[in-house]
Parts: sequence; structure tokens; C-alpha cells
Amino acid sequence: MALLEVNDLHVAFPRGKRDEVEALRGVSLTLEKGERLGVVGESGAGKSMLAFAILNLIAEPGRVSQGTVKFEGENLLDLPERKIRDIRGNRISMIFQDPMVTLNPVLSIGTQMMETLRAHRKISDKDARALCIAKLKEVAIPSAESRLDAYPHELSGGLRQRVVIAIALLTDPEIIIADEPTTALDVTIQAEIMALILKLCREKDVALILITHDLGVVAEVTEKLMIMYAGKCVETGPTRQIIDTPKHPYASGLLKALPQHAGRGTKLYQIPGSMPPITNLPKGCTYHPRCDFATERCHGGEPDLVNGVACYNPLTSDAKTETKTEAET
Amino acid sequence: MHILAFLIRRAIQAVIVMFVISIIGFSIQDNLGDPLRELVGQSVSEAERQALRDELGLNDPFLVQYGRFLGNALQGDLGTSYFFKRPALEVIMDKFPATFELVLGATFIFLALSIPGGIYCAINRDKWIAKAIMTGSIIGISVPVFLTAIFLVWFFGVELKWLPAFGRGDTITMPWGWDTGLLTLDGLSHLILPSIALSSIMLPLFIRLIRAEMMEAMGTDYVRFAKAKGLSTGRIRYVHAFRNTLLPVVTVGGLMIGTLIAYTILTETVFQWPGMGFLFLEAVNRVDTPLIIAYIIVVGLIFVVVNTLVDFIYTLINPMVKLPGAKS
Amino acid sequence: MITWRGFLKRFLGDPVAVGAGIVLLVLVLMAVLAPVIAPQNPYDLLQLDIMDSEMPPSWTPGGDERFLLGTDAQGRGVLSTIMYGTGISLIIGIGAVIVQGILGITLGLIAGYKGGWIDSFLMRLADIQMSLSTLMIAIIVLALFQAAFDANVYADYAIFMLILIIGIAEWPKFARTVRSSVLGEKNKEYVDAARVIGLPARKVMWGHILPNTLTPVLVISTIQVAEAIMTEAALSFLGLGMPVDRPSLGSLIRSGFEFVFSGQYWITFYPALVLIALILALNLLGDWLRDVLNPKLRRGED
Repeated sequence: MALLEVNDLHVAFPRGKRDEVEALRGVSLTLEKGERLGVVGESGAGKSMLAFAILNLIAEPGRVSQGTVKFEGENLLDLPERKIRDIRGNRISMIFQDPMVTLNPVLSIGTQMMETLRAHRKISDKDARALCIAKLKEVAIPSAESRLDAYPHELSGGLRQRVVIAIALLTDPEIIIADEPTTALDVTIQAEIMALILKLCREKDVALILITHDLGVVAEVTEKLMIMYAGKCVETGPTRQIIDTPKHPYASGLLKALPQHAGRGTKLYQIPGSMPPITNLPKGCTYHPRCDFATERCHGGEPDLVNGVACYNPLTSDAKTETKTEAET
Repeated sequence: MHILAFLIRRAIQAVIVMFVISIIGFSIQDNLGDPLRELVGQSVSEAERQALRDELGLNDPFLVQYGRFLGNALQGDLGTSYFFKRPALEVIMDKFPATFELVLGATFIFLALSIPGGIYCAINRDKWIAKAIMTGSIIGISVPVFLTAIFLVWFFGVELKWLPAFGRGDTITMPWGWDTGLLTLDGLSHLILPSIALSSIMLPLFIRLIRAEMMEAMGTDYVRFAKAKGLSTGRIRYVHAFRNTLLPVVTVGGLMIGTLIAYTILTETVFQWPGMGFLFLEAVNRVDTPLIIAYIIVVGLIFVVVNTLVDFIYTLINPMVKLPGAKS
Repeated sequence: MITWRGFLKRFLGDPVAVGAGIVLLVLVLMAVLAPVIAPQNPYDLLQLDIMDSEMPPSWTPGGDERFLLGTDAQGRGVLSTIMYGTGISLIIGIGAVIVQGILGITLGLIAGYKGGWIDSFLMRLADIQMSLSTLMIAIIVLALFQAAFDANVYADYAIFMLILIIGIAEWPKFARTVRSSVLGEKNKEYVDAARVIGLPARKVMWGHILPNTLTPVLVISTIQVAEAIMTEAALSFLGLGMPVDRPSLGSLIRSGFEFVFSGQYWITFYPALVLIALILALNLLGDWLRDVLNPKLRRGED
């Protein structure tokens, strides 16, 4: 039994009085203990939606309309609020995108750490404090003792994200879901924070779902990869394999767009067009208007995920070689 | 910002405001009502008048006269009421407890109702009770205080005869000369209707404000993160979201002090509440200049003190302002 | 921008807005047409008869069919005084908002466009004035005005004084709104373009920025008229506003106040009802306008 098993997850938002729009249109994934999964896609592809749906935290008026999220065999979506609260922040914790707005501005760091502990453990004030300080030290925050009384505005963005990571680790969770944990940070700090997350996950054998739009980061950190487009998974498999031989034209396009694939002096590749909004998806394969390989069939029905790719005309390794030579010239 | 620097800045501002008010007070005294008429009447000859004017210093240069006014004012001498023939400040201060207790009652009512009301409406915004409260609040904002007051007097005082509608009832004089109605049942029952009337505009305003701020806070990332941490609903609502609505509520509260004082005049008029506002209107009708000036200066002082207090509370609950001695 | 048709469609689709609009329209028409449709002219002393005083509404025992809503202590028909009084309340409300608008928009444009110390000075002044409260300022100024002048002189100028005081004391609301929209518009390309062509600051402000700040100005104007009418009513109720012989709705309520408790409720009740209806209609329309035109919301949709 996998640690986490998400099956055919749908998230819907109401449009008008009767109609609904789907932001997530049937996503499945499995995560083993200590495994690290990357979820990649453009903004609006439904990556964050997936993260929040796993913990049944979709904000009103949205809702999970279909699917299951099995954590150690138990469907989280069926659990009553009290029970799922024991999982949130305890066995599955989250790291948010922007540390400037993740921490409550009027509560001290110590309060925000200790309340998490108290929500999940019976622990004395003294022990809680000691544990918080220990965790702050683990995420390499200097003079950890005095930081407990500090307020978020007294800390830099990088330090705040370290505090958020410390909070996520407080209860020794099995899974951490990190939603673009470095996007809002200074470029100079991004690598540090990413390295910290990777190191801690490895040390403690914590499974990680890393949501990002940065394929480069994913390649370094994760073992498994899932590429999302317009609320669906279009390709999934071992990270190395997808990066070396992408099968979906979209995955291949994303890889070609990476700067390291373009030689000096050549123009950076760009996928033509932009992702359609969920309110106005094209018929057939949602990617076909931007796809170089689209055929008649792609206009008709949406392809299912078969052998890790949702495409009628998946690329073969030949095609990949072709693009490679293209990039090298 | 350091709190000491903040306090010094506030003190300087307070002095400037009081200085402006004193100039206004003085120019009123200078231009409104002839003190000679009050002192001697019409039958005195012009030469005698001039002599008297000299004696009273009324022919002195402006600055000298203002200096004298300010000196007297600082010693608590704001002139003698023409009507009461007693020091104006003393007359005003006799009425201060009545107004203070009225404001206290109204503040208690609107805080006790608007905080739970606003939070409830923010959390259950689609329930019919919340919608009814919101509809009621816009009607409440549209009914002038004096009409609410008249209605309360007529309905509960005259028709149903449940509660006394006029005056303050029995009061007890405290050792320091303060008349309080809070310690007698009769006094308390007299306080109920005027307090409701005075709170009637603040209440819907604060319900709407707290609801809006609370709804904004509930949609922030830090509340989502608090949910992701597995905190209880109560802790998320009252510690994470509500704590963040306090700052704007205190700010708006500070802005409403002037309005609240103005409304005491209306409320006291309808309920014949023997407070400062009621006294002020009488003084206006009697052209009792020293009393008018004393009222303006006392109200100005109250305004400055309460405003400074509100700002102080703001710095206390706002972690962005540092307290001295706190570790950085 | 929202189109006129879309605007009308949303208006007609909202029963509350339509209701408020109808009430407002009826009250305004009633006030404007008062000289034509009012049964009596309450200003014409020859038409008044003290024998007619304190009559109840016509459908109650002792009522007179000439006076639908009864008469007040001076024998004036309550219906007629309400019609004329609504007019005076509206004139003061609208007049005060025009003064507020002119002052506030000008100062707001200057503060927002010039920035620097002018901006900080004006906004600090606005803060102080806002916290002093318009009603408090008006009460004190009018009290002094009344104490300083003879009652007849006061009666002649009361309407102008009310418009001016409420107008001047409330400028910060417009100034702040305009300033914040100017700050929003200031850095947009068309303003830069105008500056690059060499148009003087004044022209840029009036010609280019102002039209873009009109939406929020329209929204607060509606609410401000309601506020001004309410302030005027409070002042008149205290005896600091319109005199009894040229009554606004507030002075009518004042003159009937002492009779409420002896049973002649109609002298106060009907003017009070009209006053509440007027303020409520304006507030509801203002709220509706804010929801429809809210620039913040629209910006999010783009």
C-alpha cells in the first residue's frame, strides 16, 4: 500500500447559479514513504489546487467534486473535520509560496510554532519551547532562542521561509507538500532554501510533493515527476526518464524552453500561444492548439493517460534526438 | 517606530491642537458678547466705560490679552458663567460625569453587540440571520440618532412605561465629588435608553466594519496556513483572523470620537440628560459666552486625551511598533 | 468601462435598487413640484389660521379633509410643510456636496499630483478634520454664529451657512478618494504621454486624470448627500439649523418633538418617515453604485 494514493481527483467551482467549472479534472498519483514527487506546470494548470485538495482545504465556493485521497489506506475526503485536522500540519504539512504573507503579522513566531504543536500533542510549555528552538536550529536560523519572541515583520523573507519550514517539520510529518516554496524569494536565497528542504527530507525520510514551474529544480530534487496542463496530468514517470526522453509534446516544449538547452547566441525556444483558461477549454486535447504534432484525432476527443502520457501521438526517442540537434545548431 | 518617539510626537501634536483651540476660545471671548454689558449694564457713561475697559485690560494689545487668557486658562480659570454666576469650568465639570457615564454605557452596548455580530455575519454570510443583520444595519445607519432617541422615549418610556425616559434618576456623590448614576438601580435604569440611542449609529457601522475586516482576514494566506497547520476552527477565527481586525477597528474607533461627542449633544437633548451637551445648548441659547468657551476647551481636551489613548492602544496591539526594552 | 446599457440592465435586475430609485424619484418630484401640488403654501402667513392648529390626519376623528396628514402647532398642513421641507433638505444636501466636491476634488488632485510636502500637509489636515467630525464642527460654528447674530439675520443666512459649513467640513472624503485614484492613474502611460508632449500640469490634471477619477466620485457623492441631509437634520433638530418658518425636515421634527408625548404624533412622525426614506434610498443607491462601479473589483476582472 502506498503512503498516499490520489485517485481521479476533481475540483469544481460554481459558475453562475447552476453551472460549474472544473479546475482539476481527474488527477491521480501515488507517493511512497520518503519518495519525492515534482508537480510541474504553468500557473493556472491546477498545481496548487491539487495541493490544497489533498488536505481537503479547497476554499469556498470551490469543492472537491469527485475522487479519493487515500492516506495509509484511509480516504481523507471522507474524514470528519476533527479527524482530518489531526492529519493536517501533523502527518502531512504544507509549505506555502510567499513567506511574507504566510505568517500571521500580529502573532509572534513562538506563538505560531507552539500552537501547531499544541494542536497535535499534549506537551508542556517548556518542552514545546525547547522543541521549537531545536527546529529553528535545524533550519539554520541564527540565534534561534530570541526568534521565538520576534514578529514576522522583523525577519527577512528567507528567514521567514525557514520558519515556515520549521513549522512544517515540527511534528515530524510523513509528507510535506511544498507549493512553489522558493518562487517569492530572492534568487540568491532560492537555492539555499531548496537545498535545505531536500536535506531535511532525506535525513528524516519524509515524502515530498514539490510544486513548481521550474524543471531545473525538479531534476535536482525529485525522483518522480508529473506534468500538468489545464487541470490534468499530461505526463508522469521517473524524473530522469521524462527529462531525457519526454513523450508529451508539452513536456518536450517545456524542456526545450529551458535556457540551458539553448546554445550561446541562439534564440530561446518558446511554446507558441498560452494555456487556455479553465473557463474556456478547447475541444479535444486541450493542448492541440499549441501543439506542432496535432492531428485530426486531437481535435475530437481528449486522450487518456496511457503508459504515463496523455497524447495520441507521443514523441519517440527519435523525435527527441531531432529536437536535440535542433537545439544544438 | 520607537514608542517613546511616538509618545513625544503625540504630546507635541496635542499641545498644538490645544493651542489652536485656545486661540479659537480667546477670539470668541474677544468678539462675542461685551463683558462690560454683563458687568455694568447700559446706564454708564462713555468715559466711565473707557476707564473700566482700561482697568479690565480690554484696551491692552492682542498678545497681552491672549497671554492673560492663556495664563488664566492654564490655572483652570475659564471665566465666570453669566447665568450660573459660578466659574464656567466648575459648572462644566459638574456635568462631566453624566456625559461620561452615557458614553460609557453606549460604548459598552455597541462593543458587546458589534463584535459578536460582525464576526457572526462574516462567518455565516449566507445565513438568513446574517443577511437580516446586514439589511438592518443599513437601515440603522440611515436613521438619525435623534429619531431613534425620540422613538425610544415614546415607545419604551411613554407607551409601554417600561423604562424612565427623562433625566438621570438617583445619583450618589462619590468622595471626590463625582455624581454617579451607576450605583443605584434607578440611575442604571435611566441610563439604558439614552445609551441605546447613542450607540444606535455606531453599532451598525462597527458591525459592517468588523464583518468586512473579518471576511478579508479569513481569505488571507496566513489563515489558509493556519488551516493547513491543523488548528481548530475557533483558534483560526478568534486568534488568527479576529486579532487582525482589531487594528482597523481601533483606528476607526479613534476617528469616531468626535462624532460620538457630537451625538451626546443630540442624545442629551432628547432625554434631557443633565450632561455637558445639554448644558452647552442652554448656554448657546442664553449667549453665556464663558460657558460656551469652557465647553469647547473641555471637549477639545477630552478629544486630545482620548485620541492619544487610542493611538497608545494601537501601538500596544500592533507588533510593528516596538516597545522599549524588547529584544530586536 | 461598464456600458450604459449594461448599467441599466443591472439596475433593473436589482429590486432593491429599483425600489430605492423610485422612492428617491417620488421624493424629489414631490419637493420640486411642491409649489404646484402642495395643498397650502406654508410660507404664506395669510393662508395660515391658528384655529387649524394641531389637527390630526384627515382619516382620524377630528381630522379635516383639507389637511391629509394633519396640522402643526401653527396651523400649517403637515403634508405641505413636508413637501417644502424635503426641498430645503435636498437643496442643503446637494449644495453641501457640490461645495465638498469642488474643494475635495481640487485639493485631492493637487495632493495626488504634486505629492511631496503639499500632499503630506493636506492629508494630515484631512486626518485631523475627519477625526473632529463634521457634526461637532458644525454645532460649534453654528452655535457661535447664532450667539453672535440677531435671530432674524441668522434666519436669512441659515441655508447658506449650512451648505458652506457641511461643505467645507467634509472635503477630506472627496480629497482622499480623488487622491488615491490620482496616485493610481498618475503613472499610467497616457499621463506620461501628456507630460512628454509638454502639456502643463494643470491641463494634465483636469483633462486627463479627472475623467478617470469620476467613478469613485460618483459613488461617494450619493452617500455624501445622504450624510449631509442627516447632518443638516441633526443641526436643525438642535435648533442650530433652519428656522421654524422655513423648516427643513429636521426643523419640522424639532417643532413636533414636544407634542409627541401628548399624542400629536403626526407632527413629528410623518416628517421623520420622509427623512428616513430619503436617507435610506440614497444610502441604498450609493451602496448599489459602489458594488456595480467598484473600480477595485473591475480591475480584478481585466
